[in-house]
Amino acid sequence: MSGKILYSYTGIFDTPDQIIHAAEKAVEEGYTKYDVNTPYPVHGMDEAMKLKPSKLGYVALIFGLSGTLSALLTIWWMSAINYPIVIGGKPLFSFPAYVPIMFEVTVLSAAIMTVVAMLFFFFKLPNNSHPLHGTVYMKKVSADKYGISIQADDPKFSESSVRKFLESVHAAEIIPIYWDEEEINHQNKIFEPKFIVFLAAVALITSGVTYFSFNKLMYMVPFNWMMDQPKLSAQQSSPIFTDGFGMRQPVAGTVARGYMPYQFKGQSDIAGAKLINPIPVSKESLALGKTKFDIYCSPCHGYNADGASRLRGQFPNPPSLHSDKVRTWTDGRIFAVITEGQNIMPSYSSQLSVDERWAVINYIRALQRALNAKESDVQ
Amino acid sequence: MSSSSVEYHKKELPSKVRTIGTALFAAGLIIVALGYVTDPVRSAYNNIVGLTFLISVGVGSLFLLALEYVAGAVWSTPFRRVTEFLAANIYLIPLIAIPLLLNVNTVFHWTHPDPADKTMINKAPYLNVTFFIVRVVAFWLLWLGFYYFISKNSVKQDASRDQSLSKLNIKLSTIFIPIFAITISFAAIDWLMSLSPKWFSTIFGVYYFSGTVLAALAAGTIFIVLLNEKGYFVKGLSSDHYYSLGALLFAFTNFWAYIAFSQYLLIWYANLPEETIWFIARWQGSWKFISVGLVFVHFVIPYFGLLSQPSKMNPKRLLTMSAWILFAHYYDLYWMTMPNFGKDGVVLGWMELGFPLLIAGLIMLVFNFKAKSQNLVPIGDPKLKRGIDFRL
Ligand code: HEC
Repeated sequence: MSGKILYSYTGIFDTPDQIIHAAEKAVEEGYTKYDVNTPYPVHGMDEAMKLKPSKLGYVALIFGLSGTLSALLTIWWMSAINYPIVIGGKPLFSFPAYVPIMFEVTVLSAAIMTVVAMLFFFFKLPNNSHPLHGTVYMKKVSADKYGISIQADDPKFSESSVRKFLESVHAAEIIPIYWDEEEINHQNKIFEPKFIVFLAAVALITSGVTYFSFNKLMYMVPFNWMMDQPKLSAQQSSPIFTDGFGMRQPVAGTVARGYMPYQFKGQSDIAGAKLINPIPVSKESLALGKTKFDIYCSPCHGYNADGASRLRGQFPNPPSLHSDKVRTWTDGRIFAVITEGQNIMPSYSSQLSVDERWAVINYIRALQRALNAKESDVQ
Repeated sequence: MSSSSVEYHKKELPSKVRTIGTALFAAGLIIVALGYVTDPVRSAYNNIVGLTFLISVGVGSLFLLALEYVAGAVWSTPFRRVTEFLAANIYLIPLIAIPLLLNVNTVFHWTHPDPADKTMINKAPYLNVTFFIVRVVAFWLLWLGFYYFISKNSVKQDASRDQSLSKLNIKLSTIFIPIFAITISFAAIDWLMSLSPKWFSTIFGVYYFSGTVLAALAAGTIFIVLLNEKGYFVKGLSSDHYYSLGALLFAFTNFWAYIAFSQYLLIWYANLPEETIWFIARWQGSWKFISVGLVFVHFVIPYFGLLSQPSKMNPKRLLTMSAWILFAHYYDLYWMTMPNFGKDGVVLGWMELGFPLLIAGLIMLVFNFKAKSQNLVPIGDPKLKRGIDFRL
């Protein structure tokens, strides 16, 4: 055993009363770096060793309260500041609704941090080695004996005095414990490569297994009651109706809200004579007309309605709208062309509402006037 | 191992228990009498607070007693007699209930329903004076019966040391606990919830139950700590006994808060007029302050007062917190009852002092009376020795 470094002197006892007595005496002697090992919790040991209550409770308190506070701040920021939505007519900051969440987060963070602090701070993990491990002493005190271990780094420690002390409290056996070579040379640190690899492997395996079991083994379609409904979507067929169509025609003579049926189908001249532009020329109507004209008419008739469009050559040339013919047409006559189309020009009744058509006509008139200004316009 | 190894010399309670008890009782009685003369309606409402408080302490103690038997608890055996003596207050329930039954028409508006009010007519098969009195009497007889037999067996055991009496009491307790659950819920509905007869809360029975157990525990703890500090129990109780009492008080404080908040949260969230009306009444005028105060009086203060481990073991702290919790329960009952009387704001004056004094005096006198004729320690109980040696 020579050349080894002493860790502690241990004494082994046969009864719980003896170990309590020994612990009391050790306190009296003034030893501070010692510990007692018993196979089960011995009542009265805390008082005998004059142990102070564990500080772990403070960890729970501090992290519990910070959980409460961070839950409050988070949910307040989310529901009242960042993404304010009125729910059930309640104010954005609804404290009662926050309480369950604050409570849960309090419990969660207190519990997690208590365990974490216990393992990594109080138990000093990941260092899982201790000189007492694997000793005869440990074998005995974890079976049916009671032991005390007085460490060599105790300020009052000296081999002879400790041996004498252990004899004085009638230890059945006195065993010195030495540091393992390996333990001295090998400091287990958190950044130990082996440990890091181990952690990474654990993380990888757990997430892999979790992924596999949730996504492959027990994958279930999330609830789809709203997707699968016994209703027909547009364009679907249906055996219920004799014609096999799912979509139905409205009852004959139905007029949609805000829709005026066009009365002059195929009678553009009568339309030209009878229809009157109800939209007075105004800044707004011209602006609307320009927007719509540029979108729907300019591809063929050109931005200036002169027929110079980007279509030139690829389509029968659309005529200029500055012709005498169109200039002398009434607004109603142009309306008829937009509504019904003319020869190869299609109808624009589904793209442009009645009011928008009149606005486009107003704009065409303005374009026409621009090329053929009257004397009076200059003034 | 046998219980005969426990040596117990009976010590008489000091005479001041009787003196103070009588003084409190007399003072309370005078105030109550004057109150009934001056303002019978207000006094009747105060009477409800007092009555439900007495039920809390008495019937709650009987529940704790039954719980010890059913759970086979040993730690509470050395001071079980305290709980028994407090349960004896069940005898006095009629004393406080009779003035109220005479005034049943002034406090309970369901006694005279408007024939045009369909809701109240539909509730009439349950809420009518005859059935109400039948329930009050039946519940009282049930409580009294169980108290009578359980305590009789317990006392008999002191002399006979017959273990089969414990077994008998376990059986009685097992039957009592479900009966307690039902009767205490209906008592809460009858005495407290029916004060606003259209309002309902499905958790109300549990809410009152949580306060009941808390009040019984707190009242018991006061006597236990006082008696133990003066050496009335065999060998004395250890700090582990105190810790267990403190932990129970702490647990039920949280339980109360949990139930109280659940009731509030659901009603607040659903926001249905027929449910919110009760809380709105308690938010009227200065009642607001009493409502907010309840959170602090009944939860925040006892919570932090009993949070740490040493505070549960410290007899002084335990004593103050128990007294405080007892006060908090009275406050809670006041908060449930009085807004039905003072609709615009807090009613608080000399009249409100009558019942607390009267009942405090009664509890002391009953305790004193019981302690005279019976042992303070159930010396015949086979669990006693283990109870005294109890360590956490
Ligand atoms: C697809 C290209 C195309 C678009 C887009 C188009 N037109 Fe035409 N438009 C024509 C062609 C081609 C003609 C000549 C039809 C014919 O042969 O009678 C025409 C004729 C006309 C005429 C009659 C001119 C005449 O001299 O007979 C008017 C008025 C007119 N379009 C207005 C419009 C308006 C207003 C729009 C926008 C809503 C529009 N067009 C959009 C191709 C188009």
